[in-house]
Formats: sequence, C-alpha cells, structure tokens
Amino acid sequence: MTDYIIETNNLTKKYGEFIAVDSLNLQVKPGEIFGILGPNGAGKTTTILMLLGLTEPTSGNVNVMGYDPARQPLSIKSRAGYIPDQVGFYGELTARENLAYIARLNGLSKSESEQRIEFALEKVGLSEVENKAVGTFSRGMCQRLGVADVLLKKAQLIIMDEPTQGLDPESVRGFLNLIKELSQDGISILLSSHLLHQVQEVCDRVGLFHQGKMVLCGTVAELARDVLGAGYHVQIKANGKIIDDLRQIPGVIDVKFQAPDCYSLVAKRDLRAEAARVIVNAGGQLTSLDIESLNLDDIYNTYFKEVNHGPRG
Amino acid sequence: MDREVNRDQNQAREGSPWKGLGVIIAKEMADHLTSARMRILEILIVLTAAGTGYAALQNISGFGNQDEFLFLKLFTSAREPLPAFAGFMGFLVPLVAIALAFDAINGEFNRRTLSRILSQPIYRDALLLGKFLGAFGTLALVLAAIWLLIFGIGLLGLGVPPTAQEVSRSFLFLLTTIIYGGFWMALGMLFSVLFRQTATAALGSIAVWLFFTAFWEILANLAAQSLLPIQHGFLEELMARARLELVLSRISPNTLFVEATVALLSPAVRSLGLILPFELQGAILGAPLPVGQSLLMIWPHLSGLFAATILLFALAYIAFQRKEIRV
Repeated sequence: MTDYIIETNNLTKKYGEFIAVDSLNLQVKPGEIFGILGPNGAGKTTTILMLLGLTEPTSGNVNVMGYDPARQPLSIKSRAGYIPDQVGFYGELTARENLAYIARLNGLSKSESEQRIEFALEKVGLSEVENKAVGTFSRGMCQRLGVADVLLKKAQLIIMDEPTQGLDPESVRGFLNLIKELSQDGISILLSSHLLHQVQEVCDRVGLFHQGKMVLCGTVAELARDVLGAGYHVQIKANGKIIDDLRQIPGVIDVKFQAPDCYSLVAKRDLRAEAARVIVNAGGQLTSLDIESLNLDDIYNTYFKEVNHGPRG
Repeated sequence: MDREVNRDQNQAREGSPWKGLGVIIAKEMADHLTSARMRILEILIVLTAAGTGYAALQNISGFGNQDEFLFLKLFTSAREPLPAFAGFMGFLVPLVAIALAFDAINGEFNRRTLSRILSQPIYRDALLLGKFLGAFGTLALVLAAIWLLIFGIGLLGLGVPPTAQEVSRSFLFLLTTIIYGGFWMALGMLFSVLFRQTATAALGSIAVWLFFTAFWEILANLAAQSLLPIQHGFLEELMARARLELVLSRISPNTLFVEATVALLSPAVRSLGLILPFELQGAILGAPLPVGQSLLMIWPHLSGLFAATILLFALAYIAFQRKEIRV
C-alpha cells in the first residue's frame, strides 16, 4: 500500500499524435482537497477519466485507493464518486428516483438505499424538492444533486470536474462550503477547475496543468514563492513621478508599472512605511498602499506569461 | 486472494460484465412503458390490430366458413383500403423498434448522464445490453399484447376455438415478428452509438428501412437484369435470372420477414422459391403442410434475421466500447 489515495506514475494518454496527458506524476494524500488547475484542453478531464478507468491510459501506471483503474474499475467505482462537468440527470424522473436508480446500480438493498437517499438529500439541502422532476431544477440544484449522488455510495474519494462552472455566485459559495464540509467528514476530494479564486479558497494543494503536463504542484503559498519570487508584494496607488524614487529604497527588488497611478512593488521585507515617506517626499499623492495577498490568479497569469514569452530568468 | 491472482496475470478484468444488467433492463422498460413516445406507438398499434382484425372478420364471414384455417385468416385477410394484419406488422414493427432504440446511447450523451452512469460500478457491456434488452422486452410485450388482442377478437367474432395447429402457427408468427423487430432495434442502437445527434440516428435508421422497403426490390430486379441478360430466351436463362433476383431480394430483412410470414400463416404454401410444373407432380395442391415442415422451410430466413441482429449488435458493441465518453 502506498500513502497516497491517488498515485500516478508517468501516466500518458495520446489521441493519435496529440498528447493529452504527458508523463503525469500526481500524488494525492488521503483526506486532502487537491485542485487540478489549468486552461481548457490542458488534460484535466482526460486525467480524471483515466483515474476512474473510463478511458485507457496509453502508458504509465495509476493507483487509486490501491486498485488499478484499467483492471479493477468496479472496485474503484464503488468507492469513488465522480461528478462530471455539467452533471446530468434524467429530467422526467424525480430527484429521489434518480438517486434510487444509482443506489440500485451500486447494489444497495431497498431499506439501505432509502436511508442513504434521505441522508444524502438532507446533506445537500434538497429534501424539500425530492419528489419534483429534475427537469425543473436549476444548475446549482443539479450540481448539489450530483453530490448527493456520490454520497449515496459513501465514497471515500470524490472527483469533481469543473464543479462550479455555470453556477451563480450565491450557488458557488454554497457549493464551496459543501465541499469543505465533505472534507471535514474525512472524504478526499480531487477537483479540477479553471476558476482560480474558488480553487484557492478550498484546496489544500493544487497542481497546475499545462499542455498535458503538471508544471507546478504544491500549496498556494509554495506556488506563489516559486512563480512570483520570494518577498512582499505591495500595491501602491499614488500619482506623481515616484517610480525611480521607489526603486532606490534599500530592500526593493522591483517596481512595476501596472496602470496609471498604480504600481506593484516587490521587496524583501515589509517597507510600506518607508515607501509612503518616499512618495510623499517626492511630491506624490498617496491614495492606497496594500500588501497583496498571495493570489492564484497572479501565479497563473505570471506563469503563463513566462511560458508564452520565453523562459523566466 | 483472487484479486491478487488477477493482478499478477494482469489480464483478467475484475468482476462480471453483466453486473447491474437487471437494474438497467428494469429501468429501461419502466421508462419505455411510461413514455409519451410509447403511448403514441401503442395507440397506433391497437388501432391497426382492431382495424385489420375487424376487416378480416367481415371478410371471413363472407367465405361461408369453408376455410380450414379460419384463425390464420385473421392475420392474412385484407380488405381495401387496409392491408392485412401481417402486412401491417411488417411495416409498423420496424418503425416501433427504431423508435425505441434510436436515442439509446446518444440520448444519454446529450442528457449528460452517460459519464455519471458509467462511473457507477458497472461495465459498458451491461449498459448497452441492458438498453437493448429493455427495449426488446418492451417490444415483445407490446407485440404479445396485440397478438392476444387479435386472438380475442377472433374468439369473440368467429365463435370457434383455434386448433392447436393454428395456435402454434400464429405463435411462431409472433416470435418471427419479434425477431424481425430485434433486427431494426439493433440497427437503431448501432446508429445511436455512431451518431451524436438523435435526429441523425433516427433519420439514418428510417433511411435504411425505406431503402429496403421501397427500393431494394427494384434494385434486385435491375441487378439481375444487367448481370444475367436474356439473350436466347431459353428456360434456363429465365430460371437463372429469377433465382438470382430472389437471392438478391432475400438480402433485405423485409423480404425475409414477408416470406416467413407467408409460410407460417398460409399452411398450403410449400415453397418460397421457384417451382416448375413437373416439380409439382404427385402433390396434392392446396393440402396444408404440417407446422414442422413450414418451419423447416423458413428456418434459413429466421437464422438469417437472427444472425443479422447479432451482427449489428456486435458492431454497436465494438463501437460503444471504443467510444470516448467525455462530453
């Protein structure tokens, strides 16, 4: 047994000449929320399908909860839940009937399935509409029904593909809270997304995918250090010709022009007080001075800018 | 332990491919039997049965009850403008079968339910076969109900019980009709795997049906004429061409069904091919064959239909196994 709930070893998937996933080495620990990040077509969904045995890898090894998806998909699929991108249900059946079908496919007894459906609907807050046809449900409700669907089989691992895509902000918040709750119940979660701030909010660790490769992997803080460089990032809003003066403050690594009257300063230490003094002395008008929180969006943008415009130096 | 062994060999796929099959069949049949589509088809078929049954009854009363096989006449006797029940079935059953199957797989794709269902602990094998058997069961159920309906009409209208010979012949006719439906169902299923759009799959299936129903006879005729032109007008030439035309026309499942129906429902028919007068020497014309002999005559037809069904299903199976299920 390995210490990881998901472990892949040089996992590769080719469609003809096109390499969808390229020598992927992914490790997910039990109980963590792992986020797969990347633009569309980076190989996120293909990776997920290979983890579940829904598509065959071209080469490499996969181990999910101690099983090989290519040979023992049933063992994995009875222990892991999958919520696909834009999960669909039978519109003419009610929420309860949809879940009952899944319960039967999982071989649950009638009394057991009644109990679990009750619990799952309660958990995702759909008890009141359990006898309504799913065709009348909103996207957000369907997505929550998708969670109820995987709770039914008491999954130890839930894999979600773009779970918050197409949801309104209110539903997104509710859904992210639901993900956190599930994680507190001890369920490991792997989710893919290109919506970065959401991933940042819930994920313990993230992996950044680019053209089939996982180019970065770690906590958000680790990635920020790797990509953005060590140090403090201060956003300054002030007018006046201050950029050269700022650069001369000891400890400043770089000052970048972001927009008119808006600069970004990278420094070895927190030197907001000195920066403020310098700006005022230079005759500028200081309107705001903020330490930037580490943001996946920045990491992402910076990383891809560097990838697309030559190597980072 | 078993798992470890399997792992070492690294070949065998874990578990049964038919896990969950029963659940899928039950769900499919429940869906079909409650769907609006099925309501329409049921109304259509019941109307057909009632209409043709009634027309046949009126015809039969006109015969003065001379005929030995009154009950079979219920299936074959026609009155303008309606064709006979058997003929009607040859026309309706393909449509019903296609209607039940054309959106089997692509419908799941479009509802985005396919990947969710396949992420349950079942194999694709079970899903495809379950869908087929669910639709097939529905078709068999509906056809059996109609068959009983015709029987009921016959009992009430004729007032004589059918003979064992008639019951067995009409029952074989029912089975033949169901197998014939299976062929078109497998075709619809294949197209539902191949085409992403349900409308394309439906249109494709209907096109194939129309091709065999309307054009195949003409094409067989043309092909026979051009391949074996009559040069001297000898009997042998005419015979060879007629045989070729028959063989070609039997590629069509419609022809197979019609011939099988004729042999089953008309006990006096003793050959489906060409007969020359001298071959009839010593035969008592109009004398009915036993059921076994009629069955023997259409055995190749039934085998052909059955084999074609299995072939189409196998193609659908291969296509489905290779399909990428990502949406």
